[in-house]
Formats: sequence, structure tokens, C-alpha cells
Amino acid sequence: MGDLIRRSAADLADALAAGETTSVELTRVHLDRIAEVDGAVHAFLHIDTEGALAQAAASDARRAAGQLASPLDGVPIAVKDVLATDGLPTTCGSKILEGWIPPYDAEVVARLKAAGLPILGKTNMDEFAMGSSTEHSAYGPTHNPWDLDRIPGGSGGGSAAAVASFQAPLAIGTDTGGSIRQPGAVTGTVGVKPTYGGVSRYGLVAMANSLDQAGPVTRTVLDSALLHEVIGGHDAKDSTSIDQPLPALVDAARRGAAGDLTGVRIGVVKELTGEGYQSGVQQRFDEAVQLLVGAGATVVEVSCPNFVHALAAYYLIMPSEASSNLARFDAMRYGLRVLPEGIESPSAEDVMRATRDRGFGDEVKRRIILGTYALSSGYYDAYYGQAQKVRTLISRDFDTAFYSADVLVSPTAPTTAFRIGEKLDDPVAMYLNDIATIPANLAGVPGLSVPAGLADEDGLPVGFQVLAPAMADDRLYRVGAALEALLEKQWGGPLLDRAPTLEVAR
Amino acid sequence: MPDIPGASRVEISRDEVAHLADLARIDLSDAELDALAPQLSVILESIASISEVAADDIPPTSHALPLTNVFREDVVVPCLTAEQALSGAPAKEQQRFAVPRILGDEQ
Amino acid sequence: MSDALVPYDEALAAFDPAMGLEVHIELNTVTKMFCGCPTEFGAEPNTQTCPTCLGLPGSMPVVNGKAVESAIRIGLALNCDIASWCRFARKNYFYPDMPKNFQTSQYDEPIAFDGYTDVLVDTADGSEVFRVEIERAHMEEDTGKSLHVGGSTGRIQGADYSLVDYNRAGIPLIEIVTRPIMGAREKAPAVAKAYVAHLRELILGLGVSDVRMEQGSLRCDVNLSLAPIGTGELGTRTETKNVNSLRSVERAARYEISRQAAILGSGGSILQETRHWQEVSGVTLSGREKSDADDYRYFPEPDLVPVAPSEEWVRSLKDTLPEPPRVRRDRLQKEWGFSDLEMRDTIGADALGLVEETIAAGASPQAARKWWLSELARRANEQDVDIASLPITPAQVARIQALIDEGGINDKLARQVFDGVLAGEGTPDEVVAARGLAIVSDEGALSAAVDAAIAANPDVAGKIREGKVAAAGALIGAVMKDMRGQADAGRVRELILEKLA
Ligand SMILES: [Mg+2]
Ligand SMILES: [Zn+2]
Repeated sequence: MGDLIRRSAADLADALAAGETTSVELTRVHLDRIAEVDGAVHAFLHIDTEGALAQAAASDARRAAGQLASPLDGVPIAVKDVLATDGLPTTCGSKILEGWIPPYDAEVVARLKAAGLPILGKTNMDEFAMGSSTEHSAYGPTHNPWDLDRIPGGSGGGSAAAVASFQAPLAIGTDTGGSIRQPGAVTGTVGVKPTYGGVSRYGLVAMANSLDQAGPVTRTVLDSALLHEVIGGHDAKDSTSIDQPLPALVDAARRGAAGDLTGVRIGVVKELTGEGYQSGVQQRFDEAVQLLVGAGATVVEVSCPNFVHALAAYYLIMPSEASSNLARFDAMRYGLRVLPEGIESPSAEDVMRATRDRGFGDEVKRRIILGTYALSSGYYDAYYGQAQKVRTLISRDFDTAFYSADVLVSPTAPTTAFRIGEKLDDPVAMYLNDIATIPANLAGVPGLSVPAGLADEDGLPVGFQVLAPAMADDRLYRVGAALEALLEKQWGGPLLDRAPTLEVAR
Repeated sequence: MPDIPGASRVEISRDEVAHLADLARIDLSDAELDALAPQLSVILESIASISEVAADDIPPTSHALPLTNVFREDVVVPCLTAEQALSGAPAKEQQRFAVPRILGDEQ
Repeated sequence: MSDALVPYDEALAAFDPAMGLEVHIELNTVTKMFCGCPTEFGAEPNTQTCPTCLGLPGSMPVVNGKAVESAIRIGLALNCDIASWCRFARKNYFYPDMPKNFQTSQYDEPIAFDGYTDVLVDTADGSEVFRVEIERAHMEEDTGKSLHVGGSTGRIQGADYSLVDYNRAGIPLIEIVTRPIMGAREKAPAVAKAYVAHLRELILGLGVSDVRMEQGSLRCDVNLSLAPIGTGELGTRTETKNVNSLRSVERAARYEISRQAAILGSGGSILQETRHWQEVSGVTLSGREKSDADDYRYFPEPDLVPVAPSEEWVRSLKDTLPEPPRVRRDRLQKEWGFSDLEMRDTIGADALGLVEETIAAGASPQAARKWWLSELARRANEQDVDIASLPITPAQVARIQALIDEGGINDKLARQVFDGVLAGEGTPDEVVAARGLAIVSDEGALSAAVDAAIAANPDVAGKIREGKVAAAGALIGAVMKDMRGQADAGRVRELILEKLA
């Protein structure tokens, strides 16, 4: 039966169905694993032992009664701390929300509960999802299970590291500029950013509303598809939610795993390869493309000339929206309240200023100031207005590219995991980590990152990104699962089998 | 790293940062202001190219997918209880959120 | 503290006023603008909130379709163009009663724009129609309500802290903004009042709001500036808030004209600022100068998708608009048989709707008009309140008239019934009972009965005239019989002796 914690969610669902294990047992072994390794990894900000076990017991009862809520009923999951959880702390990695317990569930969380997945806890992240390394968490960084001195990517480093270190079989992440895919790449896991509007944002604490999307963080492509089908689909509480059924994602993943890509046109995005990409990253990417060709796909090079402006557009739109979203953290209704020192009878405004200074970290302040600047009268047209136009150009680039290709591919991130602290003082260098993932957010198209192997120079994981047209998320799963199957055949097993064993705290 | 094309000099002064912090209601210390101004200048320099990219006739995109007219029926949905609403309040009194004295304009 | 003023006539002799009116109307939808919380007035604090209207992290707005429909109907009633495509925008500024620290509003893409409405303004020689141009009408959300604790007056100034109730946060508002109203000269304050009254009538007719100024469901800001006479320029304006009655609209405009004229006349300049109308003292006071008032950092609300009303929808709403106020007035005047003067007085007293409801409750048009315009308008004036906010309903007025028609009371007694009802003593019938206002104690009725008895018994009357006082008994008996025994015999005797003295 093997080590339960190392098995995929699909396998665990089968094991539950076969009566080999119970949800309570599965939940307990993962809680034990968290107790053993999370001191070193720090993937979790909050663990809900009692709640998870109660949900697991309820799942087992449902199973006994023959009334399963979903194919993943009973399989435990971790949730990024940016999603509101009724009765469970939700901090977004920020001091300003320390101790806040929402009185409501995010729609994604509600769907997980309705589908019977016990929630193990909330995962670490860059404060308000602002970062690419999880170093900007107010509660300390998460460590990459492949090398504890390195970053696990960000902002969803906690979710990726939890899954990579076998603390959870599944996790939820959110992706505004790459925060699911880039951590997936640098931790050797799978991450999917669905089509914008494909998964409800209700209860997702917004960084940039027009870019944010929640999605699956898993160890296999099939698991992502299974989880995506649980959380996806229309929600009337999110006005930007797409009122159409999801494509058949699990079917697509199963079909892809069979390995035949005959007739599939794959577009290599010229602007997302070559210069600026680490050699080991580029090498694994090129080999992966060849494997896809071997499976019957045809390859074309496509050009998306406006992608070079994506980063600039992103760093105007995102901080602008964020500066407005984060205004609500003002010490009046919830969260931290700091009384300024040396003021006799401080006004509400004094308290707001002091609280926001103390409660927000440097990167959050940086982005709020940047966004305030970009939206200011006199600058709006030159910055925010222009950025929205660039967005149009990037969407047009995608349209053109998808005319000649069914999916687009690129390395997910330009480098492998860097060392903790290495880029902390250089915001621009940090921002460049998302150069390949950002275009998808700007255009709203879906993207997936799947492990492509280890870079020769440092032995660290490399991610392969697949992008598809809006609402064609099934294509991600077909191509992603095909590549995964072909690579695992070469490797003789999952990439994570090659990760170093974590020292276990007893 | 790929370079961002068309980068040009954009200066943002310490006073300007102080004004922005004021608009954003963040009480930045002198040290923070000193650190932030050059950082923001660098960031702005790296994104300044944007102002020359798009022609006038390019329409802006505010929403990735072109949805319109998403409306709700005018039907009551259950509310939070007052206890739930006030559960996170740093201070409360008379079933209301207690906030420090408010400067300025009465509504 | 108190500003120098120039007499109104002098101010007008030197300056031309320009006025802009911003009116906020709370819609009477069942739920809020962006969430399903109820909008009922007067609920316990913080019992009508949800994550969305509390601005909790992660919450999202969804537009109330009924509110959009109401906005379009208001726009159409104001002869506006309706946008075929428009968006909501965030207006960013910090205020504790605003849960998200931005107001979801509309900025450069209002749902309705470029309209006008014709207002009937009282003048010395009758009335005249004044066209007020509408710049825009847009949708937005209301804020929460603060209770200020401590300090001398319980007001915001000097308060120790405040208590916030978010029940009102998120209630749909329509903001209607006029173009600058020029050329009204000395009539400017009257135009302002007439415009707000007209808007109220129009909105009531649409049925989309209760438009009750005293409850805050209609709020008016008066922007006013002066320019040297004849230049046609626009001077620096002030924005006066907290103008919560029709009378105050007129008074506030008048006050600002006198105040600004004093400053400009002595070589000073007007500060562009928010001012607050003080109902009791009848002055405007300077508000806090806001450093960031001009930088709201508007941008399209990314959590909402554009509103694009179809031509068919707009047309069907246009086809089902109720009759416009002027058409309604003409119809009512004809139905009621009012003279032009009677109609003008009724409208001038802001009593058209009240009279209409009183007639609907059974009173004759003349009776309804008489009570509202004489008795009740006088009392509203004395108490310095809008006539509509007097604590008496049209149905009660109709009942008082019915009591007269039934002979239970007469006009003079009716005035006492009005006193009682307005003093909170209960319904007209309860007041009549409690105060013992039977007609028998009424001088006029008694006098008439006595006269009748005298006329019917000339012999007896003659005897009394001759000094045979004892003969009065026969006349008293006749009167008592006539009044079914419910007269005060002593008073009847006095009356008989007086009349035959
Ligand atoms: Mg407004
Ligand atoms: Zn609500």
C-alpha cells in the first residue's frame, strides 16, 4: 500500500473507495507529517487539527452511508491563507490581520467543504500575496523542501512547499502574476491558474481584482484536474464569474496521460525563451518540447511582441488595484489597531496612519505608494490608462498566437529557486521572476506549470508552462498530463522522488 | 535577465513620496521615506516605457473577459448577526463599532 | 465665528449668483446596491450587514438590477440620455463610516446625462417656469452612520469618539447633479427650493424612493458662487452640506449669497470649501479643509462588469413612465376645480401630494386645500418645519373634515382637534373624546339654536325683552330639545338673556 503521504490524491481517493484507509487516517498521517517537518519548512500559518479530523470523520460517515459528496471526498487539503475561512484565522501573511477570524467562507472554501475535503490548515504566503519568494510573509519565510536555504517561490510558497514536502496531497493557491505557477516550478509540483472567472473570487482577499485567480496546487496533473472540477464553475456572488459549465478537465488529463498528442499544435513563445533564462532551465524546456513532438504534436514558433511590456503593465495595474483594496485595513472594523505614541487623544485618522505603518510590511507599503502614485490625478492616463491599453495589445498577441497554435509553451520561471535573502533588496530583480507568467494574468487566459526536470547546474526543479485560450482549460490538462507521463517514464517515477529527505522532528 | 526596453529616467522625490503616503494614510518614518524614494524611482524607471507603447486608438481593457449586465434580483439574503458583524472589532459599544474621534466633515 | 453679511438686495445689486445643486436620493429597493442586505429604516444597529457591505476582506459586490432600473427611470424622467455602456468606479478616500475606504460610484461614465427639467417658481406676479439643466445622474452607495459620543453638543466637533452603525452602508443612492444655474438672480434661492420640491414630486411619482428629507432619503448640497454682475463668469464656489429641508435649501442659498457678497465686497476672496448648514442658527459654517479632496484616484471597479442597458429595455422603461409633474398638476387642477391661484398656493406650500392624498381619503378638494393651506401651513411656518413633516396624516385631516360634515364639530372646534393630533394626543376621534369637544359646547351652534328658538317663539321673546326674565325657561327648553339635551343650560340661559337684553 506504500507510504500514504507520498501518494497522489487520485490514488488516495481510490484507496478510500477500496476501504484500504479512512479519511480520519489520511488526515491524521498528514497532521503527523506537518508536526514532523513543518518546523523546518514553515509551510503553514495555522493548523486546524480538530476541524480537519471532524470533517474527516464526517466524510467517513458519508462513505459508510454510501453518500459521497465528490470524487475527492475525504482527501485532505491545505488552503492558502488569503482565502476567508469561517472560524479559522485568516491573516494573508500580514500583521494587520493577525488574529482575524472571518465570519464567512470563501466560495472556494465552501465548495471544498461541500465536496468533503478536510481542511488541514492555512498556508504561508507573501504578505497580501505581494512577492515571488514568500520572504515577505510577516510570519517568516517558507523554505523550499529541495533546499531549505532556498525560496519556495511566491506568493504561494506555503501551498507549494506543503505539497512538495508531503504535508498535504492537495492545496489551493492564488495566482495574480504567477503565484501558483512559479512556486510550482521551483518546488517541482504542479500548479494551475484557471481562466479568469473560472473559479469564484468571492472570499479571496483581493490583491489585484482583475488579475487574481484561485487554483489547484498538486503533485500530479490529474490531481489538479480533479481539484479544479471541485472548485470551478459559476458563482453568482462573483460578478466576474463565467456563467458556463467547465470543460471536461479530468477527462482531458486522462486522455493526455495516454501519451498521444497527434494533431496538437504547440506554439513556443519567442519572447519567453533565450536570453535571461538560466541555461538549465532552457535545456529542460527544449527537451520537453522535443518529447511533445515525439508524442505527435507539431511545434511552431510564435511571436508575442507586446509581452515585453507585460511586466511594466502589471506593475502599474496590480499596485493600483492593490492600493485601493488595502485601504480597508484601517483599524476601524477588524484587525490590528495601533494607537500612535506621543499623541494625547489620537483621531481616527491618526490611528489609521499608525496602524497602517505598523501593520504593513515594506513590500506592501511600496506597492500601495506605487499604486497611489499611478492613480493620482495627472498620472492616471500616462500610467494606469496606458497599462490598460497594453493589456489590450497583449490579449491581441494571444489571439494571434492561438490562431496558429492550440497551446503556447514556455519555461514557467526564468531561474530555479534562489537563496533566501538573495533578491530581497532588489525589488526589480524580484519582479522579473514573474516575467513568463504575467501575460496570462493580464489577458485572463489559463496556465499550468508542470515539472520538467532538474537544472544541471544546481540540481533544482524546473517548470514547464502551458497556456491555453480562455475557457479552454482542458487543453492545459491534456498537454500537461502527456508531458508528465512521458517525463516520468524517462525518470522512472515522479520528480519529487529525487527530492532530499527532510529531517524529521520527533 | 531580459531588459525592459525604453527605460528612461523618472525621479520621484522624497516630498512626493511623503504626499503619497499621506494620501494612503501611512505614517512613514523619515528612514522609510529615505529608503522608499530611490526604490520607487528605480521601479518607475523600469516601467516608464509603458507610456510610449500603445497608440491612441487602442481601447483599454479593464476586464479580461467582456461580460456585461451581471445583475442580482432585489431579494433579501440572510445577513450576519450583529455579533458576527462586530466579532472582529477592535472596540465596540452599544452594538456599534467604536472608533476614535473623527476629524472633519459631518455627513 | 459669525460671518459678516450684506443685505440680500445689496448683494444682488453687485453680484450674479450661480448655483449647482447635488441631490442624493436613497432608492427604496428592498436590498442594498451591491448585496442582499435589507434596507429597512430604523433597524437595530449592525443587524443589516454582510461581508460585502461591511467591506470584509474577500467580499465582492453584485449590482442590484432593480436599482439600475430605478436609475434609468429617474434619468428618463429628467429627460437625460441613457448610457448604452457604462461602468462603476472607485472613489478612493478614507472615512470611518465608509467600510472599504472607497465608495463604489460612477465617475466619467454616468448611467444618465445631459437632461433638463422644468420647474415652476413662485414670483411676485404669479409663477414662472424655470428650466434646470441636468448634467448627470449616477448610481452609488451610501455610507454608514456615526453617533458622536462626548463633547458638549454630541456633534462631531469636540466628540471623544464615535460609534458606527453600518446598516445604511451600501444602500443605493442616485446622485443628481445640475449644470450651473445662471440668470436666476434674486430668485436663485427660490429656484433651488422649487427644484428640490419638484424633484421630490417627480421621484415620488416614479415610486423609486420615499424622498423624505427628514429621514435623509433625499439630501441636498448647494454649490453657490457669485460673480460681478453682468460678467457671466463663474466665481469660486462653496459647497454647503447638511441642508435637510426645503426651507433650508432656500435659506442656505440666501445666506451664502449674503455671506459671499460681504467677503467679495470688501475685497476678499472666497475659499473653495465645504460648509455645513446650521438649521437652528440659520448660518453656514466652514467645514474642515481636506488636503486630498481633489484626488479621489478614480478607476473602474474591477469587481463589477459594465452596465449596458439594451435599447429595448430603455424604451420599455420610457413607455411606462408616469405622467410628468406638470401634466399631473394640470390634470389635478381640472379634477379639483381649483383656480390658478388656488393651485399655485397649493404647490407653493408644497402641499399638492398632501391635498391629493387627503382628497383620496374622502375630503372634498376645497376642504382639503383649506386645512392644509390655512391651518397646517401656518403651523409648519411657525414651527419652521416642512409641511410634510408635521405629525398628521392626510387621512387624519380627511377624518377631521368628516367630523365637521357629520356635525360632530365645527370649524372652530376642528382647530382644537388639529392642536390635539399635532400634540400627539391620538387620532381625531380620540382627541374629540378626550378633550370633550362636543359641538354643544360650541358658541356658534348654541347661538344659532338660541336664535332659532327666539324666532320660533316671538311672544316669549317679547316678554323677556320686557324684563320678565322668568319666561326664559320656555326658550331654554326649546333650545335643549333642539340640541337633544346636550347643551349647557346655564350658558343657553346667558345667551338668551344677552340676545334679548
Ligand atoms: Mg457622490
Ligand atoms: Zn450587505
